[in-house]
Amino acid sequence: MAALFLELFSEEIPARMQARAADDLVRLLTEALAALNPTDATPFFGPRRIACAMQVTALVEASSTTERGPRANAPEQALAGFLRKHNAERDALRREGDYWVLDKKAEAVSASTLIASVVPQLLRRFPWPKSMRWGGSSNFVWVRPLRRIVCLLDGAIVPFDLRDGADDGHGLTSGNLTEGHRFHAPGAFAVTGVDDWRAGLAARHVLVDVADRKRAIADGIAALASAKGLSVVDDPGLLDEVAGLVERPVPLLGRIAAEHMDLPPEVMQVSMRVNQRYFAMRTADGKAAPYFAFAANVAADDGGAAIIAGNERVLRARFSDARHFWDLDRKALLESRIPSLGHVTFQAKLGTQGERVVRLRRLAGIVAPQVGAGPALAERAAELAKADLVAGMVGEFPELQGVMGRYYALHDGEPAEVADAIRDHYAPRGPGEGAPASPVSIAVALADKLDQLVGFFAIGEKPSGAGDPYALRRAALGIIRIIRENGLRLPLLALIGAAGDAYAGTSVEPVPPAEILEFLADRLRVQLRAEGARHDVLTAVFAAGSDDDIVRLLARADAVAALLVGADGANLMTAYRRAANILRIEDRKDGPHTGSVDPARCREQAEIDLNHALDGMHDVDRLLGAEDFAGAMGVMSNLRAPLDAFFEKVTVNAPEPELRRNRLHLLHRVRSTMDRVADFSRIEG
Amino acid sequence: MSVPSFQELILRLHTFWARQGCVILQPYDVEMGAGTFHPATTLRALGPKPWRAAYVQPSRRPTDGRYGENPNRLQHYYQYQVIMKPSPEDAQELLLASYREIGLDPLRHDFRFVEDDWESPTLGAWGLGWEVWCDGMEVGQFTYFQQVGGIPVTYPSFEMTYGLERLAMYVQDKENVYDLDFNGAGVTYGEVFLRAEREYSAHNFEFADTAMLSRHFADAEGECAALLGRKLALPAYDQCIKASHLFNLLDARGVISVTERASFIGRVRALAKGCCEAWVAGEAA
Repeated sequence: MAALFLELFSEEIPARMQARAADDLVRLLTEALAALNPTDATPFFGPRRIACAMQVTALVEASSTTERGPRANAPEQALAGFLRKHNAERDALRREGDYWVLDKKAEAVSASTLIASVVPQLLRRFPWPKSMRWGGSSNFVWVRPLRRIVCLLDGAIVPFDLRDGADDGHGLTSGNLTEGHRFHAPGAFAVTGVDDWRAGLAARHVLVDVADRKRAIADGIAALASAKGLSVVDDPGLLDEVAGLVERPVPLLGRIAAEHMDLPPEVMQVSMRVNQRYFAMRTADGKAAPYFAFAANVAADDGGAAIIAGNERVLRARFSDARHFWDLDRKALLESRIPSLGHVTFQAKLGTQGERVVRLRRLAGIVAPQVGAGPALAERAAELAKADLVAGMVGEFPELQGVMGRYYALHDGEPAEVADAIRDHYAPRGPGEGAPASPVSIAVALADKLDQLVGFFAIGEKPSGAGDPYALRRAALGIIRIIRENGLRLPLLALIGAAGDAYAGTSVEPVPPAEILEFLADRLRVQLRAEGARHDVLTAVFAAGSDDDIVRLLARADAVAALLVGADGANLMTAYRRAANILRIEDRKDGPHTGSVDPARCREQAEIDLNHALDGMHDVDRLLGAEDFAGAMGVMSNLRAPLDAFFEKVTVNAPEPELRRNRLHLLHRVRSTMDRVADFSRIEG
Repeated sequence: MSVPSFQELILRLHTFWARQGCVILQPYDVEMGAGTFHPATTLRALGPKPWRAAYVQPSRRPTDGRYGENPNRLQHYYQYQVIMKPSPEDAQELLLASYREIGLDPLRHDFRFVEDDWESPTLGAWGLGWEVWCDGMEVGQFTYFQQVGGIPVTYPSFEMTYGLERLAMYVQDKENVYDLDFNGAGVTYGEVFLRAEREYSAHNFEFADTAMLSRHFADAEGECAALLGRKLALPAYDQCIKASHLFNLLDARGVISVTERASFIGRVRALAKGCCEAWVAGEAA
């Protein structure tokens, strides 16, 4: 085996792209060098580099194969095509029987040769989310200008360049030179392999392992915090990002001026986390502490005093800005902003936010009684839900929509349920956020999402493939989560219809509610599959007839899944399939056999018993109606014994035509009875 | 190194970038929102001829006016603009060296290049680059141009924009822009510009005649098209810049709805595209 090391050293790579790029590098290199059986591939990434180390075999062995070509009497074109395909000359062919054959010999290829031939191609097609050109000489693109390539095999340079015809590839050639920290250790130095590279960079103030950088940041700020009797607010996402912004993390602590500590915590959070990438601190009793922590990229010659002062100053300016909006916004009632929403476009074809709010108010009032909320409160909350979009703070910090509305509503003396609903009606925005749980919030959140789905479906903006610009899948999943997490029993079709009615008198024509329900069902299937539920059971239950009550659908699916894992269920399935198979075959001859069973023609005891057992299945309908799904399945499993006996003792294809027909009707009755619970033909296994 | 006054800061940047082979231009004499609109950047970024220039550009952002009451926001401020085509190998190092010239040492301060893709919908331009951070503060915008006026560039330029007031506030350790030392001899920024900020804020938000502005916009648009018909790229481009500024003023007066906004931007972009195409055609001729 030989040790391969590849480093791409560039100007600063966006933090959010680094990890993915390093993984892509490993994957593409592993694919391109498959003939060298790569193992132990390790990715590295940081602000100015992505790299990969792996073990490969030293060469691709020589090989010889024989390819059979066209028949000797085949037309000339066939022979030419065969030669072209194998890049061979005519005199390399020989006859073997009626055929031309080609003996292909592949010379052994050294790892170095193969690497040098595949890497430039791989770099040219590297899947950066966005690439750029630079300089004056080449069309080779990279995420930001690529400055150096290190490519070593057991310490020796694997020589290649990025030239491509007349294009000079920025004059970039592979070598053994890389660079350390931009300020602490400027200039290039040579490396011999991954270990040397790692050690050389460590000596030059660069931690190449992201885990090391994260540890240095986390441990460092935790130590600074505990020295002040504080703790750091845990924030893994921020830690990841900061680790992508520094090569040499130097944790530092700054102070927040006391006069800004009364800003809403979410406002402070946006300035600190989103704009500045600062970590928040808590006091021993859990309150927000007047400090922030951050990681600099340089060990400054004054111990970081100037850096801390600068960062404190930036935060001070941001907080002053936020305070300006906070004070100004509270001078006007939230309610007084509603008319301005008439000037804010929601979506060109769907009108303004003002029009949307009128729809939401109406719809929230309709949803409210279904979810145990007072209609007046739900309507009030819906009416105010979007008003903060035209407040100064949200104009400046759009991510605070809803949050600010809640504060302003509370300031205006609106009921707490209304204020909470203004904040929570956007939820859940992703897997990390819980669904709203209080009735008024639920009513407005459902209205918001139903209106969104109905509106965008009406103007033909359904999600397709990877494209979902209006986040309709998220809205649908939001509805499903709100229903499931709160165990809500909702007539969804009627509510979808009500959402569509809100467009009456406009040019927007809603699609039939069933289409939206189908979209919801689809998202539910995707979600359940992700949770590991049996998708065939779900499909079977969905196919048994549309039900717009998600909670009921799921209870039924759970019951069917439980039935199938037992011995009775498995046998019942076998019998069902047998019945369905026989019917399929016989139907082709003279079907369909969908008539009713004539008890007088049931001659054998087993068929009499089976028909009798099927009579007992009325109980299944009754239990299903009462939503006693476990009970219904219990009754269903009673079918097992008579069915088994029937197949054991009775010949379906009796010589007497009327007996045969009656027995087929009996099997049909078995199938249709079971299909009322779930379409068992969709069950796999 | 001594702490530079506002004008000294400009002089040091001029000296530094002149050493890099930049022609030191004077501000363009048409109102504009950013130094990028200067024909020395927008038009010269196109075509194959090498080009290096640096200049100060007064930049007008009518909606940012605060009647002189906000210590950080101005409707008129200065950008220092550098363009080098093709982008040099050591653009980042040059930039950092320029900060050293004005007293910001990268072993004392924390310099970072933070992802920020630049896009100007009105110019039909975009590029990739960074916000340059010093101690958590944005002190400049660094862009490698990829497209201008809807035309992919022949050779990507390096463009650097410094916000001069903000930078000066930082090196002079001032929390209010009006307290900046302008000349090192007792004159403050406020003495030079405070009255203008008050009066222009009133003009931008309250008194600019919107009917007149709309007429002027249409006039500029028409004149631009007429001049393009004569293949006069530079005079046509003046009209494009004027139209863009008139749009900004109308926007500040709050008379442009969201839908109209998109349409205005589209109209200016169409002018910019025409001017850029005319410029490229003229260069090739």
